[in-house]
Amino acid sequence: MKATYVELSNYEVAFAAALIIINGLISLSLRLGLERMLFLGALRTIVQLVLVGFVLKWVFAVQQWYIVVAVMLVMTAIAAIAAVRRTGLVYPGVYLDSMLSICASCWIVSAFALLTVMRQVTPWYDPQYAIPLLGMILGNTLNGIALGLNQLGEELSSRRDRVETLLSLGATRWEAGREPVRQAIRTGMIPIINSMMVVGIVSLPGMMTGQLIAGVDPGQAVKYQIVIMFLIASGTAMGTVGVVLLGFRRLFNSRHQFCYSKLQRR
Amino acid sequence: MSSASPLLQARHLGRRVPGAQQWLLKDINLQIAAGERLAIIGPTGSGKSVLLRALSMLDPIDAGEILWRGNAITNADVPNFRRQAIYLRQRPAIFEGTVETNLRIAYSLRIRGNLEFQKTRVIDLLKQAGRDENFLDKSAAELSGGEAQITALIRALQCDPTLLMLDEPTASLDPASATAVEQMVVDWQQADDSRAVIWVSHDPAQVLRIATREFALDNATGKE
Repeated sequence: MKATYVELSNYEVAFAAALIIINGLISLSLRLGLERMLFLGALRTIVQLVLVGFVLKWVFAVQQWYIVVAVMLVMTAIAAIAAVRRTGLVYPGVYLDSMLSICASCWIVSAFALLTVMRQVTPWYDPQYAIPLLGMILGNTLNGIALGLNQLGEELSSRRDRVETLLSLGATRWEAGREPVRQAIRTGMIPIINSMMVVGIVSLPGMMTGQLIAGVDPGQAVKYQIVIMFLIASGTAMGTVGVVLLGFRRLFNSRHQFCYSKLQRR
Repeated sequence: MSSASPLLQARHLGRRVPGAQQWLLKDINLQIAAGERLAIIGPTGSGKSVLLRALSMLDPIDAGEILWRGNAITNADVPNFRRQAIYLRQRPAIFEGTVETNLRIAYSLRIRGNLEFQKTRVIDLLKQAGRDENFLDKSAAELSGGEAQITALIRALQCDPTLLMLDEPTASLDPASATAVEQMVVDWQQADDSRAVIWVSHDPAQVLRIATREFALDNATGKE
């Protein structure tokens, strides 16, 4: 099947950029004070995507496994940092926990996908598949990790009195922290469950939209999207559980003490 | 000072401000034996609550050691230590549900094994606090400060601890509730000579009513 699509020139992109001016006018007339932010956001969109385009063009051309893996590592590290940046309460070691859990979950899921579901992809590191696949899984797992971490901190700090009361009554650290941990994992996983509920009804996912525009047969696009949804769901689940449990271990020590002072609001 | 072998003993206990060099507690030597009611007294900010939290092992310590019946407490033994030596916060923590849910929580913990909630025993304790069986069905969200503290106290007493560690439990209570809590604790201790109480207080009149001995903290260091 040959995919066909209309190529965009720079002029056509410039037309789309003009739409941002509407946002600017709204901000000015309602005095929202968002013009600078809007301008910066639009500029960053252009610069970041153009740069990524150059990098991808080069990576696709070179086709070396170590280049692909290096790019994937950088993507993972950025996702790990971005996840922590979105949480309100942090603790020493939170970046390492985020990195470990996002790395383990997303790489396991991507490897599973490349080696089983998409085993016809050769070589396994073919950047056309490996990079967008990991990117989509990272982007969603990052959400779960950020929400899970944030909720763990909020639950532990708002339930500190109850957590310590359970410990005082002889609870192990796990018995005392179980409820906050459960809530944090639930919070991290709810968005992906919700999006599985409404996918295709409320919105067409970005990847499927992209494939349709590129001329892919809708049946194939749907199959890809189903696979991706399941990959994202399992990556999010593993990443969220991982980061919440790692966080729990840092905030409760082996003497069954809740180290509340480690939690810092940024 | 009692000649009996101590229940709980702190030797050269020290605790720093987390992440800093400054001492919150320094070189504290303290012990309590069965049958004693020890009051920890001192001005605001002298570290009374910090000391009680350290003694109940809720916070890590940075120097010295804490012994229970003469032995150091291993990591795995901490829950068992806390089963016998229960700490009560100044502001009680109340869980969602009824008073009974709050009391039953203690029995949901593995450390109590097959022990079950004993309603008759709890009703006896409620009587001492001037409440009847209906109090068990009261919604936890509707408890007054005094009722919440009585609930927390019964939650601890029903578990038969050996040592009770109270951090100003009457500080935010009305006089009637404060007297009830004081009386319950003193009665509980006097009912069995193997029991002991550590009570943090800033009220000299209360210390005279409840304590058999005092430990004064001043600026992170203490003396008997």
